[in-house]
Order: sequence, then C-alpha cells, then structure tokens
Amino acid sequence: MTTLIYDGTFEGLLTAVFEIYTHKLQHVKIQKGEWLSTALFEDVIKVITDQTRAGRVLQGLQKKLSAGALQRLYAVHMAGMDEQDAVIVGYIRYVIDTNQNVEEDYGNKYVLRVAEMVRMLRREKHRMEAFIRFQKLQDETFYSAIEPDFNILPLLSKHFKDRYTDQKWIIYDMKRNYGLFYNLHAVEFIALDFSTSRPDNVISTYTEDEGLYQNLWKNYFQSVNIPARKNTKLHMRHIPKRYWRFLTEKI
Amino acid sequence: MLFEILKILVNLIAMDEVRITEKLNILADAAKYDVSCSSSGSKRKNENGGLGNASNGICHTYTEDGRCVSLLKILLTNHCIFDCAYCVSRKSNDIKRAAFTVQEVVDLTINFYRRNYIEGLFLSSGIFKDADFTMERLVRVAKKLRTEHNFNGYIHLKTIPGASDDLMREAGMYADRLSVNLEMPTEEGLKLLAPEKNRQDMIAPMSFLKNEIIQRTEEKALFKKAPLFAPAGQSTQVIIGATPETDLQVLHTANHFYKNFNLKRVYYSGYVPVLSDVRLPALNTSVPMVRENRLYQADWLMRFYGFKVNEIVDNHNPLLDLDIDPKLSWGLRNLHVFPIDINTADLQLILRVPGIGLLSAQKIVSGRKFGKLNWDQLKKIGVSLNRAKYFITCNSPRFERRDLTGTAIKQYILSQSQSKYLKNSVTQLNLF
Repeated sequence: MTTLIYDGTFEGLLTAVFEIYTHKLQHVKIQKGEWLSTALFEDVIKVITDQTRAGRVLQGLQKKLSAGALQRLYAVHMAGMDEQDAVIVGYIRYVIDTNQNVEEDYGNKYVLRVAEMVRMLRREKHRMEAFIRFQKLQDETFYSAIEPDFNILPLLSKHFKDRYTDQKWIIYDMKRNYGLFYNLHAVEFIALDFSTSRPDNVISTYTEDEGLYQNLWKNYFQSVNIPARKNTKLHMRHIPKRYWRFLTEKI
Repeated sequence: MLFEILKILVNLIAMDEVRITEKLNILADAAKYDVSCSSSGSKRKNENGGLGNASNGICHTYTEDGRCVSLLKILLTNHCIFDCAYCVSRKSNDIKRAAFTVQEVVDLTINFYRRNYIEGLFLSSGIFKDADFTMERLVRVAKKLRTEHNFNGYIHLKTIPGASDDLMREAGMYADRLSVNLEMPTEEGLKLLAPEKNRQDMIAPMSFLKNEIIQRTEEKALFKKAPLFAPAGQSTQVIIGATPETDLQVLHTANHFYKNFNLKRVYYSGYVPVLSDVRLPALNTSVPMVRENRLYQADWLMRFYGFKVNEIVDNHNPLLDLDIDPKLSWGLRNLHVFPIDINTADLQLILRVPGIGLLSAQKIVSGRKFGKLNWDQLKKIGVSLNRAKYFITCNSPRFERRDLTGTAIKQYILSQSQSKYLKNSVTQLNLF
C-alpha cells in the first residue's frame, strides 16, 4: 500500500494518477492536504502538482470519455464528498486500463459509484434551486443564505442568472464562506465579512414590503394543505429537516 | 395633524394587508382540491431580459400532506353560479366569498416569483356571470404578466367550459398550459353530481385546443419566430371515489383522452369529503389515497412503460389491486412470459418486469454490453429484487426454480414488505 498526498486540486489528482503509472503502483491510498513527516506511513509519495503531467492524463481521458463524463468527474471532485478521491482515481484507472469507452459500464463498481455521486450532486443542486428563498434588501438586492451538503454553488450560477436577469441577487454558502453575486451583468464570486452580524440574519436591512410577502407566503403554505390527507412521512422525505431553517414557510 | 394623517395612512396599509391576506387564504383554500401542480413541459426562455423562465419544473416546497407546491394556485374568485355537489365553492354552500382584482394577482405572482417561492401561476376561477366574462378576466391576468411585466415564468390557466374560441386562442398565446377539468370519469357521474354542467361543453374546448396546438406547432416548425402557443399542452382532472365508477372506466376514459386529445396529463383526485349530500360519500369517509396512487402507477405504465390499458384492467379485473402495484398484478397474471434473462431480453420486456423502473432498465441495457450482470450488480443498479427475483434470471446459478403460482408469489412479497402494501395504509408514493 502506497499513500499519495496531493494538494486537493483536480490537476493535483491527475498528477497523482500519473505517479501511479510511473511507479507502477497497485494498491494506493489518496490523501488530501499537507504531508506530515511521520513514520506512520511506510510508503508515501508527495505529489507535486504538475501541469504537463496532469495534462497528459487529461488528454488520455479525453480520448476515451465523452466531454459530459469528464465534466461530471470534475464536478464530483469539486463537491467535497467522502471518499470521492479514491473513487475518482479508481474510475480513471479503469478508464485508462480499458480499450473501449466504459462510462456506461454500470456493472463496474467505480462507474456505478461515480454515477451515484453525480446523482447526489444533482439532487442537492436541484434542492437548492427549489429551496433558496430570497429576501429583498433595501438596495433592491435579493439575498439568500444556504448551507448545502456539497459544494454546488458554481453549478447554480447558470440557473439563477437565466431566471433572475432583471434583479440583483446574492446566494451565500455559509458552510464554505463564499457566495455568488449577480450585478445585473455577470455573476461573480464574493466573500462577505460577517464579523458584526450573522449571515442568515438580515432583517434589519429588509425592504418595506419584505415582511408582508413573507407572511403572505406562510399563509398560502398553510391554506393549500389538506388536513384530511396528512402524510408527515412523505412531507419529511421531500423536505428533510436540515433545510427547514432556510425555508420562509417552515420557520 | 401630520401625525394624525400618518396614523390613518398606517392603518390603511395595515387594513390592506389584512384584506389581501384574507383573500389569499380563502382563494388558495378553494383552489387546493385541484391536484395539478406540474410546472414542466414548457420551453419559455428568458430572451427579453425580463423575469423568469419555464422549462423543467421545480417543486419549491411540499405541504404537510406531501404534495408538491410549484405554482401559486388560486382562484380569481370563489363566487360561482353553479351548484356542483362535489365542489366547496358551490352556490348553495354557506362559505366566505372573495375576489381578487387583476392587479392583486399580478403583484402576488411577481413578488412570490422574485423570492424564488414559485415557478409561476395556476389561475382558476368560480364562474361568475357567464363563461366569457370569467375567461376574459383570467386571460387579462396572463396578458398583463406577459406584456407589462415581461414575465416568462409558468402560467397555467383553467379554460372555462363554454368560453368563446377567440378567448381560448388568446389564452393560448399567453399561457404555458391550459386545462379543462372533466370532473367526473363518466358522463353519468357528471349528470348525477353536476346536473347543470354538460360534458360536451368540456370536450368542445379540448378539441378546439388540440387542433389549435397542432396547427401552431406546425407553424413553429416552419417559422422559428412564430409565437408560442400553450407550449406545455393541455391536461385534465377527474375526481375519483365520489361516484361509483370502476378503475376500468377511469383508465379507459384517461386512455381515450390521451389518445384522441393529445393530453399531457390526466390527474386523478381522490375525493375529499367536505360536503354533506345524499349523492356523495359520507363526511367520515377516508380519502382514497391508495387507490389514487394505484391509478397514477397505472397511468405511468400506459405512458412510459408501453402497457396497453386492457393489459392493466379488463372486464375480469375491473379494479386495481390495492395491495400490490399494477405492474406486479400484470406480472402475476402473465407468468407464462417469465422468467426472462436480464442479459439478453429486449428493453421493452425488461420494462415489464415488476421491480424494475425506467432508469434501472436503461442502466441494465447499457451495463450488460460490458459484461453479464449478476444479482449483486442488479441490486446496486437499483432493482427491487424482492419483487423482480421471481421474474428474471441473470449471470448466476441462483434463481427461483420452484414453480410458484401467482398467489404464492404475492404472499411471499407481501409477507416481506412492511406497511407499504397493506390495505388502508396511509403511505402515498411520490407522484408529481
């Protein structure tokens, strides 16, 4: 067993794959972050991210995978899921070691696992598209704070830009402390300083009618319920509790 | 003095808030029995730099009964000249009445949409004065949203039976989806509960819209600039459990309208007993949620799985089995088709295996090109083996060798599954 330590970037991971083939390694463990010089690891390679080497692996992948499959792999890497690196490296090795395009080989555990991860990612993205609640601030910006399970903010940009073209908006990821800001022209990444207030508390800067529409929405939510059909289990499955504190109608 | 004026103004605003809140409560409450909440199937893009778009449909929240909330679903008014037995807004029912102005609906829609609460508006109405008068108001809301507010979100309008062709055509220019509710699965049912209504009045607008949609689609194919016309098509709703129709009748009606009117969806609404009437089930009757669920499953089999309606229900089996899903029922009645080999069978046949859904079937067909699949892989792909195992073989020496009868298989499956398949359980599957 050899442990490869890399810097957490996608290029770094591709460089790690290059090292695996250079050293003809079989069983590997992929680890993100700093190399701690201890005797814990018997066999450790510190991967130094290298554009040329990463580029060669990427080229190899481009030959055997569709553009979509490669994009999905990149999105999974960015997501910050458990065990994702081991799965991605396993997937890449399987692609390289096979002569045909294997992206639909759902009998293979890596291909299937990547497909599952993509599904989890898409679901979270879709949930955010549904559960984001904007609050209108005095300067006409529509503001929303979220805590998604995975790092999906970059995947949200297009949806909200296409939809809310004529209003300024901010979507802020409180877990990862960065956000998207649409300024009526383009979407940019921002980091806000919340040293004086909490990112999910912006009541003091509401526009005048914000309270009215929040109340109307809460009322609407109550009115459309049919008590004779109560089904709490189904309700909870659709909106898991961890999302409630961001939903105007559930607060 | 100034202070006094301010105080009056503040009071006025507060009164306005109370009034609009009360209206919303009454008119949302009256609209909730319309089960359609789909916001998908349109392709309206935000090309004018305005607000919103409509494409794939998003459920923004779910009510405590587990239904999707995607649209602001309200009535323009619950004043109504009709007296249909099943409807809360019927003339003789002693309830609070209210009516929105066109501007109020527009403001609510825009402000809810901007906050990402909704995908758009679903506007229906009680019939006041006459059909054209009501329809004209509905169209005016949609027109205002589209032309004055550059709104490109989803709009679903109810078409009022008996409205003129001109108004219907105009509705189609602004709305994404139009719908006329059939209300009862059969003409007899309608006669019984809504004697003032006429099924022909409902079918006439449906055929008008069908022809109009076909014509506009052809135009669109020739001229890219041709305007959209109800791009999400038309749908309808039938109430089940209020009248004694069998599932055979309900599904044949649905099939008829899918085939002859190009409907996008037929919705089945389990009757919620809200009114006391000798013609209706008693007030303490429970909502037929399991039956409703089975009807939707049957509907899916017809639309996505290649089943014909008479394979699902026939004269010998006029009712869907409430204990098990309709595909499993079909499988048990047709054991001579099985077992099939998952590694060689056609996609069409794999889709017919109980416990295998659309996505799993596609994954199986893709995956098996790379090597034969075994039980473990099928399970990981997402196949429900507890049902499927009686109907398939795969790359494994283990398979069901006993010559089991349909009844025995059903018993095995039911004994393994928990409350999900028990009669009268409150579980309802995800439908929308």
